[in-house]
Amino acid sequence: MMNSDTLERLQTTPKVKSKPFVETAAFKQLKESMGKIVPPIVIMSILLLIWEIMCSGEGARLPGPSKVISDTWELITNPFYNNGGSDVGMAWQILASLERVAMGYSLAVVVGVALGVLVGQSTWALRGLDPLFQVLRTVPPLAWLPLSLAGFQDGNPSAIFVIFITAIWPIIINTSVGIRNIPEDYRNVSRVIQHNGIEYFWKIMLPAAAPYIFSGLRIGVGLSWLAIVAAEMLIGGVGIGFFIWDAWNSSLISDIVLALVYVGIVGFILDRCVAWVGNKITRGTSAA
Amino acid sequence: MSDRFLSISQVQMRFERNGIVNPVLKDINLEVNRGEYISLIGHSGCGKSTVLNIIAGLLTASEGVVIVDNREVNAPGPDRALVFQNHSLLPWLTVYQNVELAVEKIFKGKKSKKEQREWILHNLDMVNMSHALDRLPSEISGGMKQRVGIARALAMEPKVLLLDEPFGALDALTRAHLQDEVMRIQNELKNTVVMITHDVDEAVLLSDRIVMMTNGPSATIGQILDIDLPRPRDRLALADDPTYNHYRHEVLSFLHEKQRKVESIGKLRQQKKAGDKQTASA
Repeated sequence: MMNSDTLERLQTTPKVKSKPFVETAAFKQLKESMGKIVPPIVIMSILLLIWEIMCSGEGARLPGPSKVISDTWELITNPFYNNGGSDVGMAWQILASLERVAMGYSLAVVVGVALGVLVGQSTWALRGLDPLFQVLRTVPPLAWLPLSLAGFQDGNPSAIFVIFITAIWPIIINTSVGIRNIPEDYRNVSRVIQHNGIEYFWKIMLPAAAPYIFSGLRIGVGLSWLAIVAAEMLIGGVGIGFFIWDAWNSSLISDIVLALVYVGIVGFILDRCVAWVGNKITRGTSAA
Repeated sequence: MSDRFLSISQVQMRFERNGIVNPVLKDINLEVNRGEYISLIGHSGCGKSTVLNIIAGLLTASEGVVIVDNREVNAPGPDRALVFQNHSLLPWLTVYQNVELAVEKIFKGKKSKKEQREWILHNLDMVNMSHALDRLPSEISGGMKQRVGIARALAMEPKVLLLDEPFGALDALTRAHLQDEVMRIQNELKNTVVMITHDVDEAVLLSDRIVMMTNGPSATIGQILDIDLPRPRDRLALADDPTYNHYRHEVLSFLHEKQRKVESIGKLRQQKKAGDKQTASA
């Protein structure tokens, strides 16, 4: 039972405990960064642990992370070695693949954007070309390989063609959508200013369609990277895809795992690069 | 040379689609003097924007002719600058660059780079946007965007300034601000202006003449009202002015009594009842 004395004492005692130290701005920022870094690290660690446990028994067919690292230590630490032919370090393999992607993708960008603009601007061209696009784009990239090998009679141009034919469809489609979605008001502004066709194209049409075009470019670069790894498994030579297939033939499973990790990281970097360029050029305007 | 700066003569407008003809405008005749401020007012869908687009040259009239400064109009051009309802600023260009886009094309060869720059800055200053030259449209408010749109139109040194419900997308306070700005600019530059609006107060406050359109289809000019109020006009003082209120009443009466757009629902119910009774007794 409370009497007035106890009540008074309770009322005068401060209820709030004072903090041990003042949270500075730097401390708050540190807390926020940790909030972003800690969850992925925790998840990654848990998954690596599960993987290690599942693959550590005697009859395990796949290596756990510790075995992968110990087997491929030389590959990891020496990415630039060159023993001639296709026995070269991981960096050279990846660079060879990237070179093919660069050539095929650049071609796809030029031709794709051009066709996309054509189809976006001209209803006649749209009606004529669209059925062809819709059918051809469903053909899987590797299915083009035998045909291009027959045509080019050489592995390298065939691989580049496969990249080209894989990346071009999202670029064409996204570009034409972007062109068709230019608000009529922009067109009217251009007409009042009396832009000629070329000025309209460079100053209004391309910048207005740029967010869409870059969406297509991002998808295209991702598909290119997927296609090259698959194509190289079939055509050989120097490249990360060939490396994977060769490692399989030599039962070097750990090498395969390492290669997959590298492939994933490079794919991620490629996507980010295109996104960054897109963001710079469109100044952050998103697709309307 | 006549003082008729803008002349719209027997303009008819029909839209055709799949064989169905939609007559939008009929017998539009209007003479506008140099320096006059005209408001075009009417119910939604009566073709006001169509008239403006025909003057701007974005649409070609089915019949009839539009003459600006003794020249026939049949294509868009900077001499009839347009301020759109949704600002239509290009989102990847800054405020300065949006006006520059128009100036660098229109004054290529006529003004030096330095003169162009000064002209752009002058026009942006006129709409009080000098503090935001390097901002993107996504970084400024609706009222500011509309101001830039006006600056862009003014920078074209138009013979006729066309405003398509320029303040429709803004809140009432911003609208009042911009109306005062437009009045101030008009006082200085004495442009010939044709403005579309829904707002009766705006029309009476800003214009020299109000052109009231009938309802569509085949909309035509119903009545033209001369606004004989001295300038400069102060909205607060005019709120109690009997002449101002008389003009307001005229416009409202035209819009709501003479051109009633929606049939009264009571009348419709009566008609339906009468119809039902007939079929029942048949």
